[in-house]
Amino acid sequence: MLAYAFRRILQFVPTILVISLIMFFLLNVLPGNAALMAAGVQDRGMDAKYVEQMLKKWDLDKPLHVRYWNYVTNLARGDLGLSFLRGEDVRQVLLARFWPTLKLALVAMAIAIAVGVPLGFLSALRHGSWLDACSMIGAVSGVSLPQFWLGLLLMFLMSVKLRLLPTSGYGDGSFSHLVLPALTLGVGYMALLARTTRAAVMEILSADYVRTAAAKGLSRLAINGKHVFRNALILVLTTAGLQFGSLIGQTVIVEKLFSWPGIGSLLVDTIFQRDIPVVQGCILLIILVFLCVNLAVDLLYAAIDPRIEYR
Amino acid sequence: MNGALRTLKRQKNLMIGGAITLVIVLMALFAPLLAPYDPITQADLLRSEEPPSRTFLFGTDTQGRDILSRVIYGARVSLAIGLITQFLNSVIGVLLGLTAGFLGRWWDDLVMGLTNIMLSIPALVLALAIMAVLGPGLFNVFLALGFTNWSYSCRVTRSQVLAARSLDYVQAARALGQGRIRIMLRQILPNIVGPILVIATLGVAYAILTEASLSFLGLGAQPPTPSWGGMLSTAREQLFTAPWISIFPGLAIFVTVLGLNLLGDGLRDVLDPHTIRTRR
Repeated sequence: MLAYAFRRILQFVPTILVISLIMFFLLNVLPGNAALMAAGVQDRGMDAKYVEQMLKKWDLDKPLHVRYWNYVTNLARGDLGLSFLRGEDVRQVLLARFWPTLKLALVAMAIAIAVGVPLGFLSALRHGSWLDACSMIGAVSGVSLPQFWLGLLLMFLMSVKLRLLPTSGYGDGSFSHLVLPALTLGVGYMALLARTTRAAVMEILSADYVRTAAAKGLSRLAINGKHVFRNALILVLTTAGLQFGSLIGQTVIVEKLFSWPGIGSLLVDTIFQRDIPVVQGCILLIILVFLCVNLAVDLLYAAIDPRIEYR
Repeated sequence: MNGALRTLKRQKNLMIGGAITLVIVLMALFAPLLAPYDPITQADLLRSEEPPSRTFLFGTDTQGRDILSRVIYGARVSLAIGLITQFLNSVIGVLLGLTAGFLGRWWDDLVMGLTNIMLSIPALVLALAIMAVLGPGLFNVFLALGFTNWSYSCRVTRSQVLAARSLDYVQAARALGQGRIRIMLRQILPNIVGPILVIATLGVAYAILTEASLSFLGLGAQPPTPSWGGMLSTAREQLFTAPWISIFPGLAIFVTVLGLNLLGDGLRDVLDPHTIRTRR
């Protein structure tokens, strides 16, 4: 299993390379040399000598392939370059923003799993009941909700009307600031998990081995707990892992809405400021996290399903 | 035929989703007839941020424009984005999936490698990256969404082709000496159109949601274009004084996406034989 994990991590390299290549060329073939603009040369009537200096300082006078080579070799050493705007090391900028995002995503995920999976499970066991109907209407609504709108509504209800929670911001990192953004982020994921769990359990309930277990005289509890739940978990885990990407994507919106000082809001801000090195860093970091989560999911399979072996 | 009608009646998702979608499409088509005011020029600062009333059913925004009219016209932006970008994605995905599944070999490896890379980038992040390059604007949203969400169509098409390839009708067409392109387009494609349609319907919903998100961030449709996401981009500042500005555009997005998702689910129930079997 260790060897498998190692090989999978090695496979990250080509993926990251291709993505960095596409990103680099896309972001650097900008019309009007926007990288230069971000470097502080905003005025058109700027001194030609200064422009030249800036070009040299940021290596923008070199051909694109040379710059990409420099970028990739630096990347291999874990060096993401300097921010155009602030001149800070991109690593430091990202590091400062990583924990708030991680905290937000993990709490959102925890809420989603804690509610979504049991709800889907119960809906399938009692399918056709009012609980099933309600939770599935809720689930399809949850999938369709624009998250920023849900966030606005929650903000209006909890902060403006009831004055229970702060509207936005990180505060001192306390839980009360985290509740609204995490809930906003978690609802869509929760709905998705509920739907997937229900579908998976429904399918398994009609499987032969479940009937055999019942014929054998096992109690309902043992059947549902041992056979149905464990088998459904594999299917649920797959979706959970794949859809984690969209959860990370959504942090961009939620962080922006709630002025949360994470990677997502940093990405949007730097897109507007055209601070290319930071934009690249944010995107690579998000993709890396996504790849790691999917690897973790694959490794978890073995823990749940002994039939799966890693080679 | 009677059987088909009976199936339709049983499909609540399909009926409700179809009805909602139809209403939104009609709203977009007949926007000039339905909207009580002009969505852009009818700005009256003296009547800004008025709460919903008889004259302004949904209230007015900060510039005194009628929110109802802007919501009605916003359907045009959303539907145009959803339909056009998903059309592009479907064409790309189906062509790649069809050829990858049918031709196999290195082409299949290449296409699947590309698809897996596309799937490993969160779609919204990819769209953001492209918007970062192209700059804000509605036209750029078409580009950012039209070429980035084909991986699901591609995967579904490919797996369907792989299953169809060894079936009798394809073998028969081969034996008859039909060319590869003809077999792909005339034999296989019509037989696998169901699952592709399901993915496309859900894709339209996804594109509308993403456009709204991009516009909310200020990267999509620029003012004064009436777009649902754009109308919400400044809503947070008015949440204390004029909450109705936040409510109606969001409701429009929600209902539209809900309708399309239900329609997609309904189509899946009808067109995908596997789920029908488990339902019975």
